[in-house]
Amino acid sequence: MSFASDTAKLGTETAATAAGLGVLRKLMPLAGIVAFLLVWQVFVVVWKMPPYLLPSPVAIASTFVTELPDLLRHGWVTVYEMIAGYTLAVCVAIPLAIAITSSARFNEFVMPTMLFFQIVPKVAIAPLFLVWFGVGPTPKILVAFLISFFPIVIDAAVGLRSMSTEMADLARSMGATRLQVFARFRLPTSLPYLFSGLKVAATLAIAGTVVGEFVGADKGLGYLLLVTNSNMQTSLMFATIVALTIIGLVFYYSVELVEGLLIPWHVTHRAREESGTM
Amino acid sequence: MSEPFIRLTNVGKVYQTKTGPTEACSDINLDIQKSEFVAIVGPSGCGKTTILKMVAGLAPYTAGTITVGGKRVDRPQTDVGIVFQEAIMLDWRDVLENVMLQIDIRHMDRATYEPVARGLLKATGLEGFEKKKPYELSGGMRQRVSICRALVHGPTMLLMDEPFGALDALTREQISMDIQRVWMESRKTALHITHSIPEAVLLADRVVVMGPRPGRIVEIIDIDLPRPRRLDRLPERFHEYSTRIRNIFKSNGVLAMD
Ligand SMILES: Nc1ncnc2c1ncn2[C@@H]1O[C@H](COP(=O)(O)OP(=O)(O)OP(=O)(O)O)[C@@H](O)[C@H]1O
Ligand SMILES: [Mg+2]
Repeated sequence: MSFASDTAKLGTETAATAAGLGVLRKLMPLAGIVAFLLVWQVFVVVWKMPPYLLPSPVAIASTFVTELPDLLRHGWVTVYEMIAGYTLAVCVAIPLAIAITSSARFNEFVMPTMLFFQIVPKVAIAPLFLVWFGVGPTPKILVAFLISFFPIVIDAAVGLRSMSTEMADLARSMGATRLQVFARFRLPTSLPYLFSGLKVAATLAIAGTVVGEFVGADKGLGYLLLVTNSNMQTSLMFATIVALTIIGLVFYYSVELVEGLLIPWHVTHRAREESGTM
Repeated sequence: MSEPFIRLTNVGKVYQTKTGPTEACSDINLDIQKSEFVAIVGPSGCGKTTILKMVAGLAPYTAGTITVGGKRVDRPQTDVGIVFQEAIMLDWRDVLENVMLQIDIRHMDRATYEPVARGLLKATGLEGFEKKKPYELSGGMRQRVSICRALVHGPTMLLMDEPFGALDALTREQISMDIQRVWMESRKTALHITHSIPEAVLLADRVVVMGPRPGRIVEIIDIDLPRPRRLDRLPERFHEYSTRIRNIFKSNGVLAMD
């Protein structure tokens, strides 16, 4: 017991330094961005760059604040289209992955078609969607759907196939039904793979939406990008890019948050033990 | 003598592979009585895992017949507990729930079996670890959880495929003693596969010695030693049995691997 209390004391002494180090480590990724912005700011000021070519970070920030209502108005449209397309992709991709992993026949039948649609450049189909569905949200949702669909299917299928034969044997020796094997063994085993697909798709969905808006729209951040570009409102254009980046990041981390809640047992979410100064 | 619980008659298995047929084992004749503990020792690749899987109904045999409890094995056996070579854990369930998995899948009563599960965990030295997740356990602890899971539902037959294969000698000895204790209380019919001669002699009523590929039974040796057998008080006869098995391996051109 005395040994335990000794180590506990040692623990509290180093805890403060460890916490400090922890905060530093969390801020590390930001340091690069801050340095980048600093260099940018200095560059613009020293070389007296004209704002229509390259506005300074400070100018962009102030535009972002003053134009916030407009950015929000267009931002909501983009967010709605992105989430709708992504959700649609999830709802179609997961059942499809289940189907192709349950039936070899279906897999042979669907895989080439799916690959074909994945290889056809989405940018090239987008104008078609515009012809078919008009300037409303539908074409954007469809492009976002198409672009996020593939990684989800592929990773979900890999995950659903990743259960070991020993685990299958274990399940069979317990007399598990097909449904039990799926719900209790196969599906949970697949979740880490599924989420890696969901995260890749989350980063692609925003790009798909913007492509959709580029082709033809009267609102949305993609539309705003085109307008500001042709009006030489470079500062607002940068602010729009910042808004898009924020949306993409928030979306990605939301998916990661859900992942952490659903599969806290996976190696990527286990509490990290203190590794000291490595 | 009554009808044996597990009976293998002229059993053989040929795997059909892309590079042609592989004979895993042939002419396996083995009777296992109810409540008997039988160990199989043999060199790597002689078909031990294959035999266990065929008895469990997890792999079809291509020759002969296997019966369990008088019935021909033609589908996965479910009145069984299996411990695989690698501990198979569901990472998303804690230790107790990994044992209770057996109960959940079989729709047995949780309230009745949770005390059983806790008792088994205690008997195998895992008291206090019930709420730990599998990744927080050592290899030996995971294997103990597998053993508890194989026993919790009270199966009539216990099949173990080199459950300590990946463990160090010290842990092997410890878990061997755990198994002996639990087995003496429950007296399941047990088939235990191992690479280790002392482990086989320590645990088994009979040791089946297999020759190199394609696997055949070379000899079956009765181990007539009183139980509980203790590692710190091994009688002279224990060593005689071990030497005898080792000599069988030597004369078959197999080096014992312990
Ligand atoms: N699924 C399979 N497909 C084809 N051949 C197999 C398969 N499983 C085993 N074999 C072959 O059957 C033979 C016996 O394999 P088995 O796994 O039963 O050996 P083992 O005695 O358990 O070996 P080890 O002690 O190394 O685990 C080997 O020659 C192996 O190559
Ligand atoms: Mg084996």
